[in-house]
Order: sequence, then C-alpha cells, then structure tokens
Amino acid sequence: MSLSIFFQNLINAISLGFLFALIAIGYTMVYGVLRLINFAHGDIFMMAAFFVFYTMTIFSLPWGIACLVAIVLTMLLGLSVERVAYRPLRNAPRISSLCSAIGVSFLLENFAVVVFGGRPKSFYCPEFFTKTFILGGVRVLGINFVTPLVSIVFLSLLSYLVYRTKNGLAMRAISKDFDTARLMGINIDRTISFTFMIGSGLAAVGAILWASRYPQIWPFMGVFPGWRAFTAAIIGGIGSIRGAMVGGFLVGFISIMLVAFLPELAGYKDAFIFIALILVLLFKPEGLFGEE
Amino acid sequence: MSILKADHLTIRFGGLTAVSDFYLDLEEGELVGLIGPNGAGKTTVFNMITGVYHPTQGEIYFRDQKITRQSVDKITALGIARTFQNIRLFANLSVIENVMIACHLRIKSSVLSAAFGLPSYLQEENYIREEAEKLLKEVKLENFKNYVAGGLPYGEQRKLEIARALATHPKLLLLDEPAAGMNPQETKELMAFILEIQEKYKLTIILIEHDMKVVMGICKRILVLDYGKTIAEGNPEEIQHNPEVIKAYLGVEANYA
Amino acid sequence: MKGKKKDYLLLKIATIFLVILFLFIAQRSFDAYILRILNLSGIYVILGVSLNLINGFTGQFSLGHAGFMAIGAYASALLYMSPELKEVNYFIAPLIWPFSVIQVPFVFSLIFAGLLSAGVGFLVGAPCLRLKGDYLAIVTFGFSEIIRVLFNNLQSITNGPLGLKGLPTYTNLWWSWGIAIFTIWFIKNLVNSSYGRALKSIREDEVAAEAMGVNLFYHKVLSFVVGAFFAGIGGALLGSLLMTIDPNSFGFAMTFQIIIIVIVGGLGSIAGSVIVGILFAILMEVLRAVESPMNILGLKIPGIPGMRMLIFSILLMIVVLFFQQGLMGTREWSWEWLHHKLTRTKKELEEGS
Repeated sequence: MSLSIFFQNLINAISLGFLFALIAIGYTMVYGVLRLINFAHGDIFMMAAFFVFYTMTIFSLPWGIACLVAIVLTMLLGLSVERVAYRPLRNAPRISSLCSAIGVSFLLENFAVVVFGGRPKSFYCPEFFTKTFILGGVRVLGINFVTPLVSIVFLSLLSYLVYRTKNGLAMRAISKDFDTARLMGINIDRTISFTFMIGSGLAAVGAILWASRYPQIWPFMGVFPGWRAFTAAIIGGIGSIRGAMVGGFLVGFISIMLVAFLPELAGYKDAFIFIALILVLLFKPEGLFGEE
Repeated sequence: MSILKADHLTIRFGGLTAVSDFYLDLEEGELVGLIGPNGAGKTTVFNMITGVYHPTQGEIYFRDQKITRQSVDKITALGIARTFQNIRLFANLSVIENVMIACHLRIKSSVLSAAFGLPSYLQEENYIREEAEKLLKEVKLENFKNYVAGGLPYGEQRKLEIARALATHPKLLLLDEPAAGMNPQETKELMAFILEIQEKYKLTIILIEHDMKVVMGICKRILVLDYGKTIAEGNPEEIQHNPEVIKAYLGVEANYA
Repeated sequence: MKGKKKDYLLLKIATIFLVILFLFIAQRSFDAYILRILNLSGIYVILGVSLNLINGFTGQFSLGHAGFMAIGAYASALLYMSPELKEVNYFIAPLIWPFSVIQVPFVFSLIFAGLLSAGVGFLVGAPCLRLKGDYLAIVTFGFSEIIRVLFNNLQSITNGPLGLKGLPTYTNLWWSWGIAIFTIWFIKNLVNSSYGRALKSIREDEVAAEAMGVNLFYHKVLSFVVGAFFAGIGGALLGSLLMTIDPNSFGFAMTFQIIIIVIVGGLGSIAGSVIVGILFAILMEVLRAVESPMNILGLKIPGIPGMRMLIFSILLMIVVLFFQQGLMGTREWSWEWLHHKLTRTKKELEEGS
C-alpha cells in the first residue's frame, strides 16, 4: 500500500466522517430534548434527496435553488413528523413513542416506494463534484473538497445557533432538565419543533452531499447511512454535539479503512459497525462525551 | 439477638455525601423510627439495606450474614421486605396478583412444570392463592381482590403495599412513610395495624414517618437523621427533649407533647 | 359454579374438536391458495404470540425476531434437505461437513431449530437485557442485522445471498396450526402462572418487582429464550412453506410485520395477536391484488408495488396514535369472558327497558 493511496483513503474517510456527523447530530439533538431515538431520521434524510430530485425534474429549477428548496421542505417534514407522530405521545409510555418512531420510518419508506418507485434514480450533481484532481500524486474527487467545506460551514452555523441564540439556550436547558425548563417558562413545544427543524435541515445537507457522492437515490437509501450515523451518535455519547462529530469521524474511518486495507472482511462491514454499537451500549452507554 | 447491623454506612453520589457513618444495631422484635427533615437521607438508608444502592463504605449484616453487595431480590428472599414512599404497586395488575407476585420467590416448581400445568405446580399455585387471599382479608381488601390495583383509593393502596411486602415472609419490614396522605382516623387504624402485624408475624420493623403522632406513638426507639448524619438516638421522651433535634427538626412542632 | 366450570370445559373441548375437524377438511379439500393463507396464518400466530411474550408481557422491546427466524429457517433446512439437494444448491462453495451428509426427519429439524434459536437467544439476551427501552430495541435490531450480514457472507454454511432454493414442502396445516395451538397453549399457561405474573410485574415496575424478590435477570432472559424458541420454529415452518429462503428476506421488514401484529392486536393480549396474526396473513394475500396489474372493464390499471406495506404502516400509525390499547388491550378471549359479556349486556338491556 503506497502512501498516496493511504492519503486518498484518508481524505475519503474524513469526508465521509463529516457526512456521518451531519446526520448524527439530528439523532443526538432530538434525543437530547425528547429522550427519543428518532428512527425516522434516516428516512427524512432519504426524502431530502428525493425533494432535490423532484424540484429539479418537475419545476426544472437550477441545482442550487433546488437544494435550498429541498432543505426547507425537509425541515418542514421533520417539523410535521414531530407534530403528528411524537407530540401526541409525549406523555404516553416511552414504548409508544418508540413504536411511533418505527412506524413513521416504515411509513416514509413505503410511501417512497409507492410514490417515487422502488427503482434507483440517478441524482444530478455539478460537474465539479465528480472531477478528479491530482494533488502531489494523491487523487482527490471534487466532492471530497466540497463535503468538508460545506459541513464546516453548517456545523459552525449550528454551534452559533445552539450556543449563542435564545432558542439554543432553551434547547440546552430542556436537555439538562425537562421539567425545570418547563417551570422556567421555556416554550417546550416551540423549542422541540426548532430542534427537529435544525436536525432535519442538517440531514438534508447530508443527503445532498451523500447523493452527490453515491449518485443513486432510492427509498431505502437512508437505512444504512442512518444506522451508521446513529452508531456514531451513540459512540460519541448521545446528547452531545461534539460527541456526534467525533463519532462520525470514527465510523467514517472504520467504513473506509476496513474496505481499503482488509478487503476480505469488507462484506462484514455492517456487522462490525453493529458490534461496535452493541459493545458501546453495553460497556460505556454514555459514550465518549455523553453525560452519565 | 441482633437481626440487622448497619455498620458505619456512608454513601456518596458524585460529590454529595447522602448518608455518612450511619450505625444501627437492631434487636429482633424492635420497632424503630427513622425521622428527619426532607432530604436527610432516610430513604437512602432503606435503599442501602435492601440493596438498591451499595454503600461507598461500611457493611450491612442481616442475622450475622453479610448482605452488603447482594442483589435486591436475594436480600428480599433472605427476609427483608419494604414499602415505597411513593407507592409502587403493579398498577395494571389485579389486587390479588400484586400479592401473589410477592409469593413467587417461594415457588419451587420449574418454569416448564408451570407452563405445562403439572400437578406439582398447580398445588403450589393453589397454596399461594390461598395465602394471598388470607393476607388480603387481613388488610380488609378481600372484596377488591379482582380489582385493578391502580384503581384503589390511596389509603387502600398503602395497605395493599404492606400486604404485598408481608407476602414475601419478611423478618424485617421497612415501612417508608406508611401514613402519608391518610386522614387522622386512617392513621389511627394504621398504627394499630402495624402493631398487630408485628405481633402476629414476629416482625422487626423500621419505620420512616413524618407524622410525629405515629412515630412517638408506636416506636420504642427513634433515630434522627439530618443531612445524612445521625444527630440523635433514644426513646420518644429523650428525642422530644433533645436540643439538637428540636433545633434541627422538631423546632416547628415543639408544641407537640 | 361447579357446573358452569364443567360447561366451559366441554365448550373448550368442543372448540378444539371443531378446529381439528376444520383442519382435517381444509387440508384435504381446499385449494393451494387458501391452504397457503391458512398456513401463513398459523405461522404468523406463532410469531406474533411469541414476540408478544417478550414485548407485551415482559415489556422488553425486542426488534430481533427476524434474526431468530433466520436462525431457525437455516438450521432446519440444513438438517431436512437431502444431501443431493444440498449439492445442487451449494455450487459456489460446498457445504461444510457434517451438514453436507446428514438428513433428519422434519420434526427433529424443527426441534433443533427451536433449541438453537433459544440458545442464541440466551447468548444475546444475557448481556443485553440489562439495557432498557430504546437501547434494548437497538441492540436486538443490531443483533438481527449482524445475523443477516453473517448469513450473507458465510458462503459455505448458508450459501450466501443466493439462499437455498427448492426446499421440500413439509409445512402443512397439521404442522403450522398444530404448533400454533401448542404455542398459544404454552404461552397462555406460562403468562397465567406464577412465572408469568413475575414477567408482568417486570413490565409494570422493575424496581418494585425486584424488591418483591423477582430475579429480573432470570425472568427477562426466560421470556427472551422462550420467545426465541418459538420464533426459530416459526422461521423453520416459513422456510419450508415458501420453499426458498435467503438472508435478506429476514431483514427488518420481517420484524416489522410481527411488530404490527403485536401492537395492533394489543401488547399483552394473546387473543389479540392470534386474531390480528390471522387477519394479517389474509390481508397480505388479498391485498397482493393491488400490487399486480389489474384489468377492469378492459381498462389496464398498473399495480402499485409497495402498496400493501404502506397500508399496514398507516394502520400501525393509526393504532399507535389513536388506539394505544390495540384491538384487545391486555384482555383475553375465553368462553368465560364471552359468557360474562353476553349476560351483562342482557342485564343492561333489561335494566334499560
């Protein structure tokens, strides 16, 4: 294995890591405020890719605008999922919200199969994304420049929102102590909606970058990125935004390096990721950065 | 004979010391009151004795057997039963099922003989049903035996919880605020009832209670906890006149006599 | 009172006799399509009731049923397939010894499937059952995915993603419904026994259950192992009914179907799982029509693939959001219950008029 191939894989891993981080944050934030694992998050991610696809094909909008429209639509989707499927069950036993989350996940997938069709569709992306650049002997795809840059922009925006705005403060208060936050007059409903919108928006950004990297979209495309990102969130410590980023990098790294260096085990990739998930849950359920 | 010895128990949660250096040597047949302001660590003591929490320091001996790091269900099987401050019945199950669950630890038949309904199991099932009915009669709940436990009035739920604890055949019974939420008449009946079951089942009892009439009325010995420390110990008379206690706790109710 | 009990016993015996008579006639004279639906009903009943033991009665939310079914389906197939059939199937990598040479009667392969699945259930359950709620759901889902990935890759044991084809059809109504009735009877006895009460107490309040002397670990693992046992047998019956199995047919979609049966029927009601299990099997077949092209009055309507699962997902969401008790709540069906209901309504009617 030459150094240049190693670097090539490293760049790939970093770029994939950012993607997982973007999706993982959605899981982590929702868990923080609701103590609910949003099983539907991976499917919201899938819907985002289809939103881009259909705004481009139906309204023939340019790619950039279609992406913005899709991000807004995905945020609205996240918002309505919370309104319809989670809010009515907030005081019900936790198992009900869990069932509801699983139900929404399946509903979105099957909705996509019925409405969009089960066959993969090819996803348009700007030429620059698929172009290969050679830097000092290392071949780098355009998307691998774009992904980290876009992710950094959105992650900075997120930390501004969470740590510098009133809504962000309310969000952190709710994750620390739901009941006290309510007593302090924080508008719980609005903050939870806000959280779902941010999480879904980041998932949409992730979906656009993901679909540009693997330019085929289909109804079940969210399942595995979803689970890997979820694993990332758990490894990092669910509820912690920093943890989601670190976890995202770890999972991205394992995914790429296993295939690159131990190709005979590549088929077991998802098994390894799930084993890692189970081990973390069993032995360090608070993850690397989570609270006890 | 000593039935329970809590040997200098200390428990810390993070930086907070909830109970420090708690010592209790309990003789068989005693009825001891554990009092103190809210947050003094009384329920934490119960949780350590029953194995819910493990003390950071110190050991617990039950009839000279060390039980400090035993699991909760094993400690129950040895003969320590409890009730909960904020009633924890199996709310969706029937009244009699609540009591029968507490008899489960005496079932000797295997799962398979239970599932296949073998005679050896059915005999045990009949036996525990009869026993549960007997216990319900004792707390005057026999007419409600098929009702859902969560639907009982508050006072009845407290009684059911005691009946359920008795069904585990305890030697030591820990009652956590049994009179909470009861009216004076009910409280009076409860006091008589506690003395009655103590006599009948040869129980040793530790009682956490805020209602001073109950504690002073039936306990021979009282321990006062404040901020996790035992600040006084003695008979009701001594406790009432202990300046430490009056300062820390009875101050507001010093008129009681 | 005594006489009444005897009457109920007679009614019960009569019901069982009628069911057996029905199975006898059905097996002889019904066409393949109906038989398939009836067989599937029986299998869904086995799967629903066994998952309900874990999720409904013990309150431990498992998403791993498909994993246990896969283990059962493969374990039994490796035992009942003939060596010749195995040679035809395993053309990429030969099947490892001793599976390549042995063949046992169907009944033994079923028992083995159940026991192996129960054994794996123990290995998975023992460490994982201390996790609660969502976390347990995730771990069991992860387990089922690991099984799927392993079965896709262990070419010389499972034949990988190609799966096994041309399996002999041993499953008939006697097997599917015989085992379904046994499952119902066994689990009903179990949940009504002292052990069952202990399981329900764990669902209600773990802290109180433990304080009353219920060994949480033992009882949780117990319900998991019993559930896995029947899931393994259910998977084995399904494999032999469908005549073909592959790892990806035991994905999350499979678990989801069983979850629908359990939730719609009512968490904690065996009768609910039985009724909805049967309805589910019927609807799955009947609604197949909406997924295939239709020809109505000369008008060609293309089928809509995926429509069935969309309908079921919507149904599930309606139940979860508006009828959290499901069809039966935690109620059970029995002659006593029916009698009670009927006499009460009669009384109410009389009082009303």
